[in-house]
Amino acid sequence: MRRSVLFPPGWRLLLPLLAFTAAVFIMPIGVILWKSIHDPEVAALLPATTASLESWSDETMLPPSASFDALASDMRNLVEVARIGELALRLNREQPGFRQLVERSAAKIHDEGTPLVETDRRWSDPASWRLIKRASEPYTPRYLLNAVDMRVTPDGTIGRQDEQRQIYLRLFARTILVAAIVTGLCALIGYPFAYALSVSEGMLRSALYFVVMLPFWTSLLVRTTAWIVILQRQGVVNELLVSAGLIADNERFALIYNFFGTVIAMVYVLLPFFILPLQAVMRGIPGQYVRAAESLGGNPARVFRRIYLPMTMPGIVAGGALVFILSLGYYVTPALVGGRTGQLISNQIAFHIQSSLNWGLAAALGTLLLMLVILISMVFSRVVPIGRPQR
Amino acid sequence: MHVSRLLRAMSVCILVAGTHAAYAADSLTVVSYGGQYTASQRVAHYEPFARKTGIEIKSVDYNGGLAELVAQVRSGSVSWDVVDVEMQDLERGCSDGLFERVDLDKLPSGTDGKPAKEDFLDGALHPCGVGSVVWSNVIAVNDPAFAGRTGPQTIDDFFDVAAFPGKRGLPKRPNALLEWALMADGVEPASVYEVLSTPEGLDRAFRKLDTIKDESVFWETGAQMIQLLVDGEVAMSTAYNGRIQGAISDDGKPLRIVWDRQIWNADYYAVVRGSREKAAAEDFVRFATGTEALAAQARVIAYGPIRRSAEALIDPKIAATLPTASVNFQNALAFNAAWWTDHGDVVNERYAAWLAQ
Repeated sequence: MRRSVLFPPGWRLLLPLLAFTAAVFIMPIGVILWKSIHDPEVAALLPATTASLESWSDETMLPPSASFDALASDMRNLVEVARIGELALRLNREQPGFRQLVERSAAKIHDEGTPLVETDRRWSDPASWRLIKRASEPYTPRYLLNAVDMRVTPDGTIGRQDEQRQIYLRLFARTILVAAIVTGLCALIGYPFAYALSVSEGMLRSALYFVVMLPFWTSLLVRTTAWIVILQRQGVVNELLVSAGLIADNERFALIYNFFGTVIAMVYVLLPFFILPLQAVMRGIPGQYVRAAESLGGNPARVFRRIYLPMTMPGIVAGGALVFILSLGYYVTPALVGGRTGQLISNQIAFHIQSSLNWGLAAALGTLLLMLVILISMVFSRVVPIGRPQR
Repeated sequence: MHVSRLLRAMSVCILVAGTHAAYAADSLTVVSYGGQYTASQRVAHYEPFARKTGIEIKSVDYNGGLAELVAQVRSGSVSWDVVDVEMQDLERGCSDGLFERVDLDKLPSGTDGKPAKEDFLDGALHPCGVGSVVWSNVIAVNDPAFAGRTGPQTIDDFFDVAAFPGKRGLPKRPNALLEWALMADGVEPASVYEVLSTPEGLDRAFRKLDTIKDESVFWETGAQMIQLLVDGEVAMSTAYNGRIQGAISDDGKPLRIVWDRQIWNADYYAVVRGSREKAAAEDFVRFATGTEALAAQARVIAYGPIRRSAEALIDPKIAATLPTASVNFQNALAFNAAWWTDHGDVVNERYAAWLAQ
C-alpha cells in the first residue's frame, strides 16, 4: 500500500513545531508587513469626518459644510474621552504644527462652543483638509514611500523627499556595503582558519575550537567594548604606534567610532558563523581527492582551485550567507562603535520603534530589509550552484 | 538585533496579558532610569515611603522612551504604576493618553509654607506629572587636554575650533544641540525656539554644526559620553550635569562643567493610566515630590530639587554644584519639550541625514 508523499507517516508529530513556527516567526513578520501599509488610526478617531470627506470631490475647494460639522463633532467626542491628543500627535506627523492646531481648536470647540472655522484660519485652507483626507485612508503607501525617501505631496502626487531629509536609501546602501565587506573579510580570514581546524587533531584541535567558540561565551557588549579599548585614540594600537615612533602623538588614527571600527568589530563578532559551517564541510572531504589530483601532476594552486575550492563551496556559501544576512540586521555593534559614519539601517529602525514611536515607518523599513534579504538570497542561489555536482 | 527588538516590542502586547496581577496590593512598581539615579531615588524616596506607609516599592529600570508604556496601556495590561519620565516623553505621553491626570491642588505645600504652585519652578507642574529633579544639558571639559592653557568657558568656545582645538563629543540626537548651535551663532536664548521654527533658522543651526562636524565624535548613551571624556578621546563634550558631577566628586575625574547657557530639563513622576494601584501611586508621587524627599535626593546626586523651598535644606557646598544654584542658573535656557514634540519628526530625520553625510 502506498502512502501519500504529502503526509508521511507520523506527520502529526510535526504539528507542535508548525504551530510554534507560525506563532513565533510567521505571525510577527506578518504583523510587520501589515503595519507598514495599514494605518487605520485617523479613520478610527474621526469616523464622521472620514465618511463625510468621501463625497468631497473637488479638492482645490473647501469641503462641504457637513464636513466641518462632522470634524467639530468628532473633535468634541475625542475631548470627552480624552483621546484628542492621539489625533493631534498623529496629524502632527504629517505636518509639524498640527498638534497645537488640533488641541487648541478642539478645546475651543468643546469648552466655548466656537464653530470650527473660527478657531483657526488654517481650517479655511483646503490643504489642511486634503491632509486629513489622506491621513484617514486606512491603506497607505506613505510609510513605504518614506522608507525609500519619497513622500506623498499635499496635492496627492508622489515625489522625492526634501533633500535634507533623504536618509534611508543612503543607509540601506551603506548597510549592504558593510555586509559585503564583512562577508568578504570573514571569508579571507575564516577560510584558512577553518582549514586548519579541519585538519588538526588532538590538543591543537581543541585549542583552535576553544578560540573560535570563546566569543560565544562572552557577552556581545564586553567583546565590543574590548575593541574600543584596543582601537580608540588612546588605545592599545595607537599607543604602540606612538611609542614606536611611527606616528606623532597628535596624529593618532581614528580607528573606532566610524565605518572602519564598525567593520572590524563586526568581522570579529561574526567570524565564528563563517568558520563553523565551513570546517564541517571541509572535514567531510576525503583527502584522497587532493592526493589523486597531485599524483596526476596538478600543482598546489591548480589542485586547490579545481578540486578543493569547489568541494568546499557549499560551506563557503552557507557561512557567507549566514554572515551576510546577520550583518544586514546588525544593531548593537554599530550603535556602540559606529559613531557617525558607521550607522546602519537597523539603528534607524530601533530609533523609530523606541523613541519616535513611528512604528509604521519602522515596519516599512523592516519590510524593505526583509525584501532585500529575500532578493539577495534568490540572486545568490542562482549565481552559486549549491548542491549541484561539480564537473 | 533589530528583528528581535521589533518582535519584543510587538509581542509585549501578547505577553503582558499573561502577567496579570502578579503584584500584591501592598506594593507599587516604580520605573526609572537605573544606575546612580535610581539609587538616589531608592534612598530618598522609595525606602522612606515604604517605612511611612508599609507599601513596598518594586524598582524596575528602563531606558526612557514610551514604547513599552504604549504597549502596556494600549493592551490594557498595565504592570507599571509610576514612571520617571523626561519632559519630552511626558508631553508626548500626556497627549497620547498614557498617564493619569494629576490633581495639582492636593500637592503638599513647601516646608516654608508656600503653596505648591508657587514652590515649584515654572513648568514643573504638568497636567500629567509632577516634576522632581532639574537636570541640565551642559558642556563638560576634560581639563588635562588643555594643560597649561585655559580651556573653553562658554558655548561660543565649544564651537570655536581654532581657539580650542580638540575633539568634541556630540550626541546622536539633536535635542539641545541645535539650540546651542544657534546661541553660539549669536541668537539670544529667549528667541532660540522662535528662530528654530523657521526654515532659515534650522539651516543656520545646521551650518553652525558643520563647523565642528569633522572635529566631532558621536555618542549614543550617557555612559559612552563619560567614557569618551575620561579616556581622553574627546577634549570636551555635550553632557548631562549629573553624570559629570558624579565622575568629579565620586571618582575624582579631572572634568569641569561649563554652566554657560545650560539647557535645563526636568524629570517627572507620572502615574501610568490604568494602574491597578492608582490611589497608592498618587500618594507616592505626592510624597516623593515633597520638599524633604527632594532635598534628600539632591544630597546624593547632583540634580537640582525642583521645589524652591528645598534649597534651604541642602548643604551650601552641595547646592553650589546643582544646576539650580543661582550662579549657575543665570543665563539658563529652559528646554522646550512642546517644540520638540511638534518638530521632532522632521528635525530628527534631518539630523540623521546630516550625520550620514
